[in-house]
Amino acid sequence: MIRRPWRLAAELTALLTAVVVAFPLYWMALSAFKPAGEVQSTQPRPWTLSPTLDSFRRVFEQQDFGRYFLNSLLVAGTVVLASALIAFLAATAVTRFRFRFRTTLLIMFLIAQMVPIEALTIPMFFLMRDAGLLNTLGSLVLPHLAFSLPFAIWMLRGFVRAVPESLEEQAYLDGASRTRFLWQILFPLVFPGLTAVSVFSFISTWNDFLFAKSFIISATENSTLPMALLVFFDTDTPDWGGVMAASTVMTIPVLVFFVLVQRRLVSGLGGAVKD
Amino acid sequence: MARTTTVKDVRGAGWTPWLYLAPALVVLAGLLVYPIYQLGLISFLEYTQAQVSGGEPTTFRGLDNYAELFADEQFWSVLGATVVFAAACVLCTLAVGCALAVLLTRVRALPRTLLMLASLGAWATPAITGSTVWVFLFDADFGPVNKLLGLTDHSWTYGRYSAFALVLFAVVWCSFPFVMVTMYAGIRAIPAEVLEAAALDGASTWRIWRSVMAPMLRPILVVVTIQSIIWDFKVFTQIYVMTGGGGIAGQNLVLNVYAYQKAFASSQYSLGSAIGVVMLLILLVVTLVYLRVIRRKGEEL
Repeated sequence: MIRRPWRLAAELTALLTAVVVAFPLYWMALSAFKPAGEVQSTQPRPWTLSPTLDSFRRVFEQQDFGRYFLNSLLVAGTVVLASALIAFLAATAVTRFRFRFRTTLLIMFLIAQMVPIEALTIPMFFLMRDAGLLNTLGSLVLPHLAFSLPFAIWMLRGFVRAVPESLEEQAYLDGASRTRFLWQILFPLVFPGLTAVSVFSFISTWNDFLFAKSFIISATENSTLPMALLVFFDTDTPDWGGVMAASTVMTIPVLVFFVLVQRRLVSGLGGAVKD
Repeated sequence: MARTTTVKDVRGAGWTPWLYLAPALVVLAGLLVYPIYQLGLISFLEYTQAQVSGGEPTTFRGLDNYAELFADEQFWSVLGATVVFAAACVLCTLAVGCALAVLLTRVRALPRTLLMLASLGAWATPAITGSTVWVFLFDADFGPVNKLLGLTDHSWTYGRYSAFALVLFAVVWCSFPFVMVTMYAGIRAIPAEVLEAAALDGASTWRIWRSVMAPMLRPILVVVTIQSIIWDFKVFTQIYVMTGGGGIAGQNLVLNVYAYQKAFASSQYSLGSAIGVVMLLILLVVTLVYLRVIRRKGEEL
């Protein structure tokens, strides 16, 4: 259909674009492995002949970096588990039952997705202070739980709806209780959808910078990764090797997560769009 | 949709859906609805350091905070910058995303996979590490970009427009993949028979694109456009990290960062909240447009 030279040009463009798009990540990883002298050099080279772990060592030694890493994991993990469970129940309610205010609720969930979480930092700050949660990991878990729920419910809806009604009727005819159907039949069937939803909750929580900055003020032992990264960055002469090593460590879990569910994510989105 | 009586109707669903919804509703009421109410409330109060930690009584100021805000020239310039910056980000993101989606349909598997993987990488990168990496790429002394362009000692974060441009690169880089993947899925979802039929009827490539594909893709395009508007309007991390909290003398402030600075840097919590309310209202309008569009598409809720 398409003539040869055009196709070749298109493929070259695609390859070139791929290189440009991947370049920042390549440069980040490269700079993390470069010796200090090469990173802070006015003659930057796109390769290194003497890779070293010095920057990583500096990052993990100077700060409580491992601790921050665990904190980030703990916060994101808690949000993922809690939001998956709560959203699964809520999505089941709005897809498998007809009841008053159902449509109103759905529209509320949709509007809730659009609320800019950043605009709520101020009242959230006072709420956490009054609840005595400031400086604890709870002050990061709770807001992110609230913010990832509407989207999770909205997205899970499609997966729950895809499970045929007949299956449910059959289960009841076979004498299964509603609870049994929910956890032993519906839950495993919706599980792929739950992983897709979890990616979004994980990423938005893992990437959080604003709350980590605003709510963890004095208890640095409860800080998360972004704050540790900024220690290396926020000076007049940033330690670029350290910044890039810390950035690499922070990016890897998300990348792994993304690659693992990549297929599901892309097809899930396609499905959501075709809806 | 006409529904026949199902087992659960017979059993009397009654309170069951509400039981399932309870945890979600509790969380959302406490951590979303209540803070929104509080945001509105604080924006009507006199609420500064004196009230927060000095124990002074809070007083009701009515619309005075808004009057003060609207009389402030900086607010209008920040609002203008936010709108222009978001518009530029949205346009660039859509242009790049759509162009690459079309490109993806024209190439063989290998280049397609490579471009897909690179884009997923950019998509997955946390906003904060994306910010630090882009600042480093454009660093005046050690960055490869200046080296490549032959600029020595040119600081991108110094000038207002070049700093905004730098942030725009970082924002577009991490947000075009969503548009690309979604549009690509949309194009692939068009049945091949439709395109073949059009080609058999003698339609040119351009004609097929304009009269067959564009109308079919319009709903998806509307969805990604509005999503992009919502995301780009509330960019925080990139601006905050890349321009050091809003640039020299606040030249790179956008509403979000402005509200944050007002509240947490100068303790004017009520003014910060008023800015938050303005943002919330603007995004609510965008959301309502979005709702109208998807309801017109006839999607069953």
